[in-house]
Amino acid sequence: MKLQKNTSLALYSVLEFAAAPDRHIAAAEIASKYAVSPHHLAKVLSELARAGLVESVRGVGGGYRFAGNARRLTLMDIIRTFEDLSPAAGDRHEPGELTPVGSALRAVLSEIDEIAKATFGSITLATMLRLIERQQHNAAAPRAATGGGPAGDARPRAKSGSRV
Amino acid sequence: MVRPARSEDLAQVIAIDATVTGLEKRDYWRSIYRRYGDSDHAGRQFLVAERDGRVVGFIIGEVRDWEFGSPPCGWVFAIDVKPEARQAGVGARLLAAICDGFRRAGVHKVRTMLGRDNTLILSFFRSQGMMAGPFIALEMGLEG
Repeated sequence: MKLQKNTSLALYSVLEFAAAPDRHIAAAEIASKYAVSPHHLAKVLSELARAGLVESVRGVGGGYRFAGNARRLTLMDIIRTFEDLSPAAGDRHEPGELTPVGSALRAVLSEIDEIAKATFGSITLATMLRLIERQQHNAAAPRAATGGGPAGDARPRAKSGSRV
Repeated sequence: MVRPARSEDLAQVIAIDATVTGLEKRDYWRSIYRRYGDSDHAGRQFLVAERDGRVVGFIIGEVRDWEFGSPPCGWVFAIDVKPEARQAGVGARLLAAICDGFRRAGVHKVRTMLGRDNTLILSFFRSQGMMAGPFIALEMGLEG
């Protein structure tokens, strides 16, 4: 499963908003951080707002803020907003796919897709924020050991935990 | 409070499992208790979470040596929390307790395996920091 550019951008954005749910973040800030065109990002944010995942805040200090539940929303929920993952969406068969070889290859690719879907569907935004925090911690540790100090880049940080 | 399971807990464990799975498996749970709850084997653990004197969840696992070519590691093969006791950290405490037991048994890795459609429990383990391991589960039908 390869994510489209808009989907990746939506995931970056939602994670930025979810990491600071009380803060309004300007679209320009995210566009600059992820080196994408503000025009392109605006379309993605507008789609996220339509889906109720973020809400726009007007006026000075405006921008967008998170409007979902980080402990409930999964990566798959975001991906589905931008991509049609139903079996029908993959029904554009090339002639070779209808041969026994093509059919066997599709079965293998389908295995991979099912695993990818299960993975995306089981990782909530809260879990992702913790994972990001761990990555930051791991990245900062060697630098701290050599006197370099923690990374200066302010990545999303987890605020709350998920529980069973 | 998380503590080792006792024989008198078994009825409540069976009831929790039946609530979640829809099947009451008394013989199965008796054999599980004999193997994991009533064992002197250091690597075997059957723990329950208790609240107000009632069992609200359980977890079972053991240290397995060299299975699938892996150095000794802890395997969790059952965890469940009463639906009405969820969202309160019971599962996290059960997992932390069994991991402590695995550490005491001398292993430094914990693994589990579950159905990829079991989103609830997959999400739980993910939320606790678990990631995909180095194994892939395979199967085939044995008909005809």
